[in-house]
Order: sequence, then structure tokens, then C-alpha cells
Amino acid sequence: MGRYVIRRLLQMIPVFIGATLLIFLMVNVMGDPIAGLCGERQCDPATAAQLKREFGLDKPVWQQYLTYMGNVFTGDFGTAFTGQKVTELMSTAFPVTIRLTVVAIVFEVVIGITLGVLTGLKRGRPIDTTVLLLTLVVISVPTFVTGLLLQLLLGVEWGWIKPSVSPEATFSELIVPGLVLASVSLAYVTRLTRTSIAENRRSDYVRTAVAKGLPRHRVIIRHLLRNSLIPVVTFIGTDIGALMGGAIVTERIFNIHGVGYQLYQGIVRQNTQTVVGFVTVLVLVFLIANLLVDLLYAVLDPRIRYA
Amino acid sequence: MRGATHAKWAACAAAVALAATACGGGGSSDSGGGGDGSSVLSASWGDPQNPLEPANTNEVQGGKVLDMVFRGLKRYDPKTGKAEDMLADKIDTTDSQNFTVTIKSGWKFSNGEAVTAKSFVDAWNYGASLKNNQKNAYFFGYIEGYDKVHPDSGSQSATTLTGLKVTGTDTFTIKLTQKFSTFPDTLGYAAYSPLPSTFFSDHAAWLKKPVGNGPYTISSYTKGSQMKLVKWDGYTGTDKAENGGVTLKVYTDNNTAYTDLMAGNLDLVDDIPASQLKNVKSDLGSRYINTPAGIIQTLAFPYYDKNWNKSGSEKVRTGLSMAINRDQITNTIFQKTRTPATDWTSPVLGTEGGFQDGLCGDACKYNPTEAKKLVQEGGGIPGGQVKITYNADTGSHKEWVDAVCNSINNALGNDKACVGNPVGTFADFRNQIGQHKMTGPFRAGWQMDYPLIQNFLQPLYYTNASSNDGQWSNKDFDKLVDQANAETDTSKAIKLFQQAEGVVRDNMAAIPLWYQNGSAGYSDRLSNVALNPFSVPVYNEIKVS
Amino acid sequence: MPEQPFEPERAIAGTGMGGAMDLAASEAETLEQQSSAASGGRAPGGPEGTGPSGKPHSLWSDAWRDLRRNPVFIISALVILFLVVISLWPSLIASGNPLKCDLAKAQEGSQPGHPFGYDGQGCDVYTRTVYGTRTSVTVGVLATLGVAIFGSVLGGLAGFFGGVWDSILSRLTDIFFAIPVVLGGLVLLSVVTSNTVWPVIGFMVLLGWPQISRIARGSVITAKQNDYVQAARALGASNSRLLLRHITPNAVAPVIVVATIALGTYISLEATLSYLGVGLKPPTVSWGIDISAASQYIRNAPHMLLWPAGALAITVLAFIMLGDAVRDALDPKLR
Repeated sequence: MGRYVIRRLLQMIPVFIGATLLIFLMVNVMGDPIAGLCGERQCDPATAAQLKREFGLDKPVWQQYLTYMGNVFTGDFGTAFTGQKVTELMSTAFPVTIRLTVVAIVFEVVIGITLGVLTGLKRGRPIDTTVLLLTLVVISVPTFVTGLLLQLLLGVEWGWIKPSVSPEATFSELIVPGLVLASVSLAYVTRLTRTSIAENRRSDYVRTAVAKGLPRHRVIIRHLLRNSLIPVVTFIGTDIGALMGGAIVTERIFNIHGVGYQLYQGIVRQNTQTVVGFVTVLVLVFLIANLLVDLLYAVLDPRIRYA
Repeated sequence: MRGATHAKWAACAAAVALAATACGGGGSSDSGGGGDGSSVLSASWGDPQNPLEPANTNEVQGGKVLDMVFRGLKRYDPKTGKAEDMLADKIDTTDSQNFTVTIKSGWKFSNGEAVTAKSFVDAWNYGASLKNNQKNAYFFGYIEGYDKVHPDSGSQSATTLTGLKVTGTDTFTIKLTQKFSTFPDTLGYAAYSPLPSTFFSDHAAWLKKPVGNGPYTISSYTKGSQMKLVKWDGYTGTDKAENGGVTLKVYTDNNTAYTDLMAGNLDLVDDIPASQLKNVKSDLGSRYINTPAGIIQTLAFPYYDKNWNKSGSEKVRTGLSMAINRDQITNTIFQKTRTPATDWTSPVLGTEGGFQDGLCGDACKYNPTEAKKLVQEGGGIPGGQVKITYNADTGSHKEWVDAVCNSINNALGNDKACVGNPVGTFADFRNQIGQHKMTGPFRAGWQMDYPLIQNFLQPLYYTNASSNDGQWSNKDFDKLVDQANAETDTSKAIKLFQQAEGVVRDNMAAIPLWYQNGSAGYSDRLSNVALNPFSVPVYNEIKVS
Repeated sequence: MPEQPFEPERAIAGTGMGGAMDLAASEAETLEQQSSAASGGRAPGGPEGTGPSGKPHSLWSDAWRDLRRNPVFIISALVILFLVVISLWPSLIASGNPLKCDLAKAQEGSQPGHPFGYDGQGCDVYTRTVYGTRTSVTVGVLATLGVAIFGSVLGGLAGFFGGVWDSILSRLTDIFFAIPVVLGGLVLLSVVTSNTVWPVIGFMVLLGWPQISRIARGSVITAKQNDYVQAARALGASNSRLLLRHITPNAVAPVIVVATIALGTYISLEATLSYLGVGLKPPTVSWGIDISAASQYIRNAPHMLLWPAGALAITVLAFIMLGDAVRDALDPKLR
């Protein structure tokens, strides 16, 4: 187990370097960020040159990347054009987005798995067909349309929620945005659980358990569900990174000041330091979530052993 | 609950519309309509792009804060836009080149420090100095010694402007490099604000929580999300805050801000999104204001491109201008929050300030047949297609660019004659402009820095001026502007500027589209809401019940 | 057989592309494991495979027989056929010009000759919706083709040859997975000046290939461990023959399933990109452009949103249902 984890951690190094280099290059393709700082006029050449020097933009890209990574390892993620430390931005943005992600994941787990088990056990019945159709509809409508509609209906027409989220971004405010963010994944978790349950239902161990005379709920929870959860856990685990980075649309609609907001601002203002910094952390989250998922396999399926 | 306060604010709103001050109250906080002077209002805000230093803030969002936290020598009257003395007791000159400034005594920063002549001179030196990266440094460009402090290339050889001298606690002198008769009127701009000594001694702390001499102080500032400003009881000026404070909330999308206003989650939204303007009447009734602001939208042309800078191309430009149905677009897309432009300045200047209604004449009137004829006479559209470049990230420009293109296409009878060319980000848009990559007309919006006709002409059309993005150049124009700046008599100077504007018209240097209004909506808790000519809400006069 | 270092096949890795392909990937993988599991009982197809009846028929012919009788498949196939026809000849059902707009009619509702009403620019919503089909279907189909070809070739080769190639590719896949797709789109597409569909398709292929690549790799690894492949190898079949004749036919099913489902998500992604201001550019007519423009007017003129969004939802639905039906048909356990 220990050796496996170490091997996985070592494998993360090239992926981490590659992903940060990729995003670094991509942001660099966007070109000179200084021009946008001076409003509807040319920056005066002296100030522009000096700003470039201070942000290290006058150096070749590879050198900028090396300097940047060097700083990252000492905990310095650079400074945004607003004069704020990127770490400072992170310390306000990540807690908000983590809360949003938690809400989304709770939805995925509670609603998604419940519906999945239900439909998986009643395959082909009306409830199955209804849920199946619903999930397909959720998948086929773009998130921003769902988000704007819910905001208008719940926030303005019916007045059930506040249309936007306050800077404190408490859990209760994040319920609807979390649902919107989770919607597509929720549909997938449902379908995934359904497939998995339907398939394992016919397996020998379930038949044995039923034959042994175990109560139905015990069969479902202890035997069926536990074995059916592997693909679902995989999905949810890898979804964490996607939810955190993919919240750009949801955070924009509900005015949530989290990671998606900072990334969007960073891109619009071509703020290399912010974008690369946030993505670096997201890459780490993604890699660690993947590792945790793989370790969870061993818990769910005792046949899997890591050497 | 809504009904009870209805009549009150309706009366106040009507009064505002009549430019009266029935609800404003002069200096005391207890006069007029609703509001006990201690309630706090919440207002929409955008994340400022640069650190909140006065000489480093060049956009409206940062400007809002500076307007609440600072007072300069002059202040533009929120209604008329006239530059009036604020901290300045008097600004004397005999030759329009050397000025002696006397400031009123008794003014303080909110940390207790007195505002002296030195507060101004130090602040201006800081703003001008290259090493401080202040984006508005060029505002000090007329002051003697600027070329040493802020050379175009190389390193600076001085840190202070030789043209600025403190001559007493409350007096200092300014020496300019050239005659500039209206210079004192530019001093209301935020870049000329005074700064306390803590700004220099503990800069980082100051940036976290800026300290100024205005009617509000910042009580807390969470960067990127919100700023809480509270009324400063020790404020010296007469324009004290009529409310207990303002909480500015950052919104990424002004649609969300508007939605929040409707849901009662926010008190004040300035800049109502174009798509919601149709609902404003039914949503807000008279809690909606739409007042002229010193902003003009034009289409600029790339004069570095031979296709747009040959003989006859002024006919093409005029033709395109006549192909744009300004009335229809401002009515439909903007619901009258824009006014079709008939000159190259802004109505907020007033006729005596240089605004000339109808200067553009027929060239700005929709006339499809004449448009088609002129474009043909001018040799047709270069490349067969006009691409109007704009940035897609802010300001819902897509809607009007598409509408302008449809108008041109319909007028010229060719559905591919004009097409919008969105650029993903503002930064990239500015980059492409800076690198002279434009191949056709591009969006050019101009918000005045100070309400002077000079500000609408010189930065935009003078050879190599800072915002002359199309590189238009005309000797006659330059000569007239030089003459106007040297003219000590203001009305004569304005006449000369107007002559210069005539040169712009004759060449159709840029197509004027429309004058932009400031628009705002507010909740029924507020009264006496108004926008100043810079389209910024006059926060200190708002009353909260 | 070269030993594969054991590593739980990570079925999916989210990148934010709606997650659709992630799921598809995972479902497809289940399927692929099932089919290989089932291979003990019956030959999993290919020319060598013989059914229990003794008559040679493959996974494919079985699947086709199933599909022909599946109403879901028939309906979705008909919808897709219809979409393809109007993408090729939009003028068949729309006589207007999608670029001819009259601002005077902006946001007007349904009226004779203009059943869907007008949009914010006074363009006919019906005509634009019909003409938008071509762009949206083109984006979906070409992006999927690109992703499928690129991804399955890379993934398949890595899975077949294993070793260093495999390690490099797997890490490369991780790298691309780690970048959130919407973010990548914002960054890459914000600098694009072309108003064709190619940059958008290119971006989707660039950030989408790892998903297919991972599936293809997995199914090739499973397929190559099958007895009949081992047998063919023992008989001296060359690598290219092994790959083309024996492995590909058996490994391609999961790829097809994922691809059909992914197609829908690409169409949907185009709309999201337009909403963020980096999607397709005028004068291109697309559902994404219209949906994002209409989303601003959701209160005043919901009809502007309804029709293009409805068309998009139906198209995405049709492709996802098609993918679903194909998956079920290819899954021996569900037969």
C-alpha cells in the first residue's frame, strides 16, 4: 500500500509539471495583458515597459515558467494586477467554492444514488422510464439556461431564494447554485448507479444472500450497493476537480465569489498569475482526488490490493 | 409596505427630475424627505482593475470609491458638471501657464491629519513618478519637469516635478510647460486628489484600507467581493453624507445585480443591462433614472490602413454613417438610454461649454439611398466587407454592433456588407488596437475625464494623442487645438475647439453613434438618487429610510 | 503476454465538459468488461466468433438485430436523419434569409409566416433555428469524429504496445484531463479571430481526445488478452493484422458508445462557450449564439430562447438516446 502511494505520488510530478506548463503556455498565447490596464487609451510606453519588467513579462516564456514554478514551491503564487497576492485571492475564493462543491456532491450522492438504486431495482417500470427521461432532459439543456431559469423563477417570480449569493456564501444560500452545478453530474450518477445496480442484481453473491434469507434492505445496502458503488465513487471522485474548475458558469450566474469567478476575472483581464495559480491548485486537487478514489476501491472491493 | 413610502419617493424623484434639491438638503442631514441619515444602502459595484490609488484608477468602478473617499481642489457639480472650488480657496494665474493655488484651511483626512499644500504636491509627485507605475501619470504631463520624472524611455532622472513648489502651509505653485487656459478646471479629476502621509509611510496598509478626506471612510474592504463605507462624521466639507454608509457589492454580471434589485436584495444598481431596459418601467416605475452622461460612442477607423486613408474614403465613411439608423437602434436596443449623436462631444458640456447640437448634419441622419450612393462614389467598401471590431467580455456591445451591421446591410442591400468581429477580452482588444491590427472600423467609447470640450477632442484626434487609436492626423486640427489651448479667454478657446471639431466633421474622422446616458434603478428605501455627469451615483446625497 | 502493472482502470476523469463523456466512458467500460467477461460463454464476435446456434454471427449483427426492433433507436435515428437533411438543405423548410433582420420587429412574438416570432435584432427565429442546425450539427459531428479518431488511434496504440508508450500516453492524458474544459475554452478561444467553426472544433478535439483515448486503451488491453488474439499471435499473425483484424472490431464498441453520447455534449458546449463570449462568431448562425443572446431576454421574450434551446435539447437527446440504445444492444448481458 505504502509503495503504491509513493509510486502514484511520483507519477503525479510529471503530470503536475505538464499541466501547469500547458496552462502557462495557453495563457501566454492570449498575449500582452498590459494593454487592457489603461482603459480606452494607450498605456504610456514607459509605464507599460516597467509593468512588463515587474511582472517578468519581458522574459522568454520558458524563463517565466521556471521563475514562476520556483516561486510556487516557496509558496509565492505572485501578485494580481490589482496589487493583491494570489494566495490572498485563493484564501477567500477556495472556501466558498469548496462549500459549493460540497453542496453539489451531497446532491449527487443523496439524490443521485437514491434515484439510481430505485430505478435500478425497478428497471423498465414507469418510475424508471420517468427518471431516465428526466435525466436525459437535464443533460441536454445547457447549465446556463437551467441556472438563469431557476434564478428567475425561484429568486424573482416566487421569491423563495435570494437571486444572488452574499460574500459570506453560507451553505443555505448555496443550495440552488449547488443543485444547478450538480445537475448534469447528478443525472450521470443516477444513470451510473442504475446500470451498476441492475447488473449486480443478477450476480451470484446477491442470489446467495437472498437465498440465505437475509432481509431485503440488508441485501441491498450491504451487498448490492457496496459492490455497485465502485463506478459511482470513481465518477464522484474525479468530478470534484471538474466541479471546482467548472463552476465558472454557475458562479457567474449567482454572483458567487469563488474559484470560477476568480478564473473568469483572471482570464478576462489576462491575469496570468491568477489563472495559472488557481489552475495549479485545481490540478493538485484533481490528482489527489484521483488517488483517493483509487485507494477507496480497496475499501469497497476487498479483492483489490495495492502493492 | 410598498405603498406607504410610495408617495414620498415619487415626490422626491419628481423633484430630482426637475433639478431641484427638495430632497437633497443642503448641508444638514436632517432636512428634506425620508431618511434619518444613519441607514446604510447597498449598491452594485465591479471589481476595480487597479489598486485604488487616485493616480492609478482609470475606470468607473474604482472611480466610485475615490469619489466617496476623496475631495480634490475642484469638484464637478453633480448636476451641472461645472468645476467648482472644493478644497481650493483660489487658483490664480496671469498667463495661463503659472498658477498659484491657495487651499482652504481646516480640512482633514479621516485619520486626523491636516490637508496641506504638501499633501497635494507629494501626491502629484507620486502620481507622476515613473517608478510608481501610476496609469494616470500622463495627467501631470503638462507640469514642468514631467519629462525628467517620467521619460518615454530609459530611467527617470528626478523624483519630483520642478513645476510644483510648496510656498506655505496652504499654498503651492504650479508651472506648466505650455499655456493651458482651462487647466484649473481639470483639477476635479480624481488623479489630483491629496494624499495623507500614511500613504507614503505605510503603503501596504493604506492600500488595504484607503484613507482620504471625503465624506465617507472605508470601514472594511474584502477585495473582489465587497467594500463597506461609512459616513465620516468629522468630514469638513458641505456635501456631507445624507446616509449612514454605502456597502458596495461586486457583481460579475450586471444582470444578476438587476435581478437582485428586483428581489429586494440590493438597493441601487447603476448601469442597467440593455436587455432589462424594456422591463424597467414595469419593475421600478419611477425608481429609475436615465440622465445624460459625458460618454460618447463612436466608430473609429484605422488610418494606418491605406484602404481607409485614401482619397474618397471619407465618402465611404460618411456613407456608412448615413446607413446607420441611430434613432431605431437607440430606441429599440437601448430603450432611449442613448441619444443619437449629432456632434463629437457630449450634451453635458452645455452649449456654452462647446456642445453643438446638429453639427454633424445630414451625415448623421439615416438615409439609405444617399448612403449607398456615397459608398459607391467612394470606391465601395474596402475588401467588400466592413468588420466592426469590439470586445465581447464587457458592456453588451454585441447587441448594438449586430444592430449597426444589420442597419448597414439593409441600407446597402447586401447581407454580408457588415459583420461584427468580437474579440474575447478587453485586454486583447486593446492589444490589437495598439499593434495597429485593425482592418476596419472598431468600437471607440470615450468617457470624459473632465467636462471640457478639449477632453473630447484632443486625446482622440490630435496627432499621436494617447487615445487616437486610429492614428488620424490632420495639421489644421492640430493647429486649431494648439491655438485654443493657448487662448486665455475661455469662450474664445471654446470657439477654436469648435472650429477644430469642424475639421473632424469634414473628414468624418470617426462616426459618431450616440451619447450614452447613465441609468440606474433603486429600491423603495432610497430617495434623492441621482447620477452625476460621469454616470456615477451621487452617493452622498442619497437618503435611506 | 506483457504484464500490465496493476492499476485500477480509472473509468472516468471529470474535466467539466458536462461530465457526459466521463459517464459514457465509465458506462462503456462496464460494458467492455462485461463483454469480455461474457467471452467465456460465447465468442465475443469477430470473424472467428460463432454463436451458440453454430451460425456465425458477430456482436455487430446481434446488435443490429436488436436495434432494428428498439423504438428508442428508431425514433432517435429518424430525428438525426431529419437533422442531417435540414443541415444540408435548410431551404427545404425555411424560405427566409437568416441574416435578413429588421430591428423594427425586435422581440415580436409569433405571427403569420413567422411562427416562432422575432429575436432581439428582429431576425426571424424560425429561419435562424433551421439554419443554425447546420452549424451545431457540424460542430458536434466533426468534433466527435476528430476526438474519436485522434483518441482511439493514440489510446489503441498505447494499449496494444504497452510499456513506455503507454506510460507516456497515460501521463499525457492526465495532463489534459487536469485542465477544466470551460476554462481551456475561455483561454484558447478568446484569442481566435476567425469566424469559422474550425477553432471551436479544434479546441474540442484538443481537450476532448484523452477521454476516448483512455477508453480505447482500456478496451484494446482487454481485447488483446482474449484467447483468440493469443491464438492468432501464436499462429504468427503480424501486429498490424492483429490490430486490424482481431482487436479493433472487438474494441471499437465502447468508443462508438462514448462518441455518440459525447456528440450531444459538444453541441451543448458550443452554447456554453457562446454564453461566455468565446463561441462562434457572426455571421455564423448557430443555436449556441442564439441561445446565449436570448438568455438575456428570458423575461421579455422567452420565445427567443425556447426554440433554439428546444432544438438543441432535442438534438442532444437524440444523440444520447442513440448512444444509449447502441450501448444496450452491444451489451450481451442485457440481451
